[in-house]
Amino acid sequence: MSKELLKVEHLKQYFPVSAGFGKVMPLKAVDDVSFSIGEGETLGLVGESGCGKTTVGRTLLQLYTPTAGRITFDGDVLFDSGEEYDGDGKLILDAHGKPVQGKKVHVNMLPYRKKMQMVFQDPYSSLDPRMTIEDIIGEPLDVHHLYSNKKERREKILELMELVGLNSEHATRYAHEFSGGQRQRIGIARALAVDPKFIVCDEPVSALDVSIQAQVINMFEELQEKLGVAYLFIAHDLLVVHHISKRIAVMYLGRLVEIADADELNENPMHPYTQSLLSAVPVPDPRKARERQRIVLTGDVPSPLKMPTGCPFRTRCRYATEQCAEQCPQLTDRGHGHHVACWNK
Amino acid sequence: MNTEYKPDVMPKKQILSAQIDLKKFEKASEEEKRQQDVMSASTSFFRDGMKKLMKNPLAVASIIVLVCIVLTIIIAPLVVPYGYEEMLSVNGKRDKGAKNLAPFEYSQAEQKYIEDGNYRFPHIFGTDEQCRDYFIRVVYGTRVSLIVGVFASIIVLIIGMLYGSISGYIGGRTDLIMMRIVDIIYSLPDMLIVILLSVVLDQRLKLTGGLLASIGTNMISIFIVFGLLYWVSMARLIRGQILSIKENEYILAARSIGAKPSRIIRKHILPNCLSVIIISTALQVPSAIFTESYLSFIGLGVRAPMPSLGSLANAARVGLQSYPYKLVFPAVMICLIVLSLNLLGDGLRDAFDPKLKR
Repeated sequence: MSKELLKVEHLKQYFPVSAGFGKVMPLKAVDDVSFSIGEGETLGLVGESGCGKTTVGRTLLQLYTPTAGRITFDGDVLFDSGEEYDGDGKLILDAHGKPVQGKKVHVNMLPYRKKMQMVFQDPYSSLDPRMTIEDIIGEPLDVHHLYSNKKERREKILELMELVGLNSEHATRYAHEFSGGQRQRIGIARALAVDPKFIVCDEPVSALDVSIQAQVINMFEELQEKLGVAYLFIAHDLLVVHHISKRIAVMYLGRLVEIADADELNENPMHPYTQSLLSAVPVPDPRKARERQRIVLTGDVPSPLKMPTGCPFRTRCRYATEQCAEQCPQLTDRGHGHHVACWNK
Repeated sequence: MNTEYKPDVMPKKQILSAQIDLKKFEKASEEEKRQQDVMSASTSFFRDGMKKLMKNPLAVASIIVLVCIVLTIIIAPLVVPYGYEEMLSVNGKRDKGAKNLAPFEYSQAEQKYIEDGNYRFPHIFGTDEQCRDYFIRVVYGTRVSLIVGVFASIIVLIIGMLYGSISGYIGGRTDLIMMRIVDIIYSLPDMLIVILLSVVLDQRLKLTGGLLASIGTNMISIFIVFGLLYWVSMARLIRGQILSIKENEYILAARSIGAKPSRIIRKHILPNCLSVIIISTALQVPSAIFTESYLSFIGLGVRAPMPSLGSLANAARVGLQSYPYKLVFPAVMICLIVLSLNLLGDGLRDAFDPKLKR
């Protein structure tokens, strides 16, 4: 792996949900998630709707203040809630059973917003309908004072528009005059305006139809080659993620269940959830598709307010044992950088 | 087989195919091709809205009426040689016969003056019981009413917008407390407070000299009353708008760029609820005029001799049976202003509300 750019350790994001009359319950949107992304690398993040993929992306950019964990970016600690963990990933407790408190860190994000950017899922609601394309793409330049005069600002904007394949004549138009694919390109140009090192792509292609998806994904790849940005590519389409990512992480109910190289994960899925996900990927050849065995999961995803004890997947798992109900498995290395959180596999 | 595509040559027709005969088509000329390239001009939200507004006959009529009224109240005092508080006089002598004249009627002294070969400007609306030209009084009354209406709406807009956008943007507990304060103010019987405040402020505000004194303490108390009471509905409206706009992803995008809250409110949230703000301000003006007229009618409005449409109507009440036209002029004026502003507000809402797009 190339030089580490972003490191996330034991990230937790709980949202308070009121359960009537002043009672507040934590909704564990992201629970104890750790991963890292190298420079110019793409990490795919997959999982079904509501499993916390988007929350991970937004928490990385500190759009939400994390409940706990540590985020390190480019050698700087952006956020640290101060808990210490031992080598096995267990919380270190002091004599009174309370977690040992280290140094808390919560930096001002403004300088880092230049290095970390985000591309949003819905190209229709992520562009302000009252702004011209020029102003939308120019906003990051305005906020970070990245130009000395109006001419320079305009030149930069036109350069960015060219980079994402937009016609420079469109600069004075409004977002509603563009198609979905073009709008997503505008969103990408806005993210690239500050010349970031890392972009969170929050399901950037799921709102587009298939032919446009291919264009946009190829553009993401070209931009990565040209500019050397790293992506956290969030999606629920395994084929898309496999195409673009070097490594893939699979999430279930706020936890990472498996993380491995893209090809390794595709050929040798270990976690039962990943296996069922992969078996659901449509195969374009009907003869092969008929031969394949689908692993159909029974039951529904449990409510994140009422998480099962132990392993969150045990209620739907074929291999569930008593151990699964008692203790939550940690991600463990199974060789070749393949990490799985399961007791039985 | 030669599969090269030739646009002008008809390929061999298959018997059963539904092939189209190319001879039935004409080739597009260069000019027609160019026409295809011209895309519709980029329309901004406002140009689009104004275009729609101009298609609404009622709104256009109200704009014309309002422009006429505004021009009249600006030009008339320059043309008409009488002052609003000036008792009529002929040749420097007070004309005591010019009392309660009918429209375009002259008093005896004036008649004589004209017969002597002099010019006397007609009393278009007649005169009142204190020998003052009624037309110029109605013009000044309209001025006062419009100024009260516009300024009161601006005060309401500023306070309501600040309060509502802060409350809506911060949300959470701040929002809860701020909105409970609004609820308390909302639950007060507003007319009662208006009357009490204008009485108290009239006693307390002792202004001498300067611009404020010439406006009159009553007028200032009306502004204060509006500022204190009528912003609540505006604040509620704007808060509601902001709550819904805040959920859009472009706000999140602006935050991820690093934009400060003040920039987000200025550049993203307010422009997106501007249509609602414009419309409700346009509808606020007639309600302010109405309240002012009402207060003047019961004697709490502007101070005599400064006229307002309400106080003119009140004064006309006394001689209603003998001189009904004296009530008609200010009443019709109030109706015209309020009606055309309401219609304009409706037109604005139809033109700018994206949900009503036809």
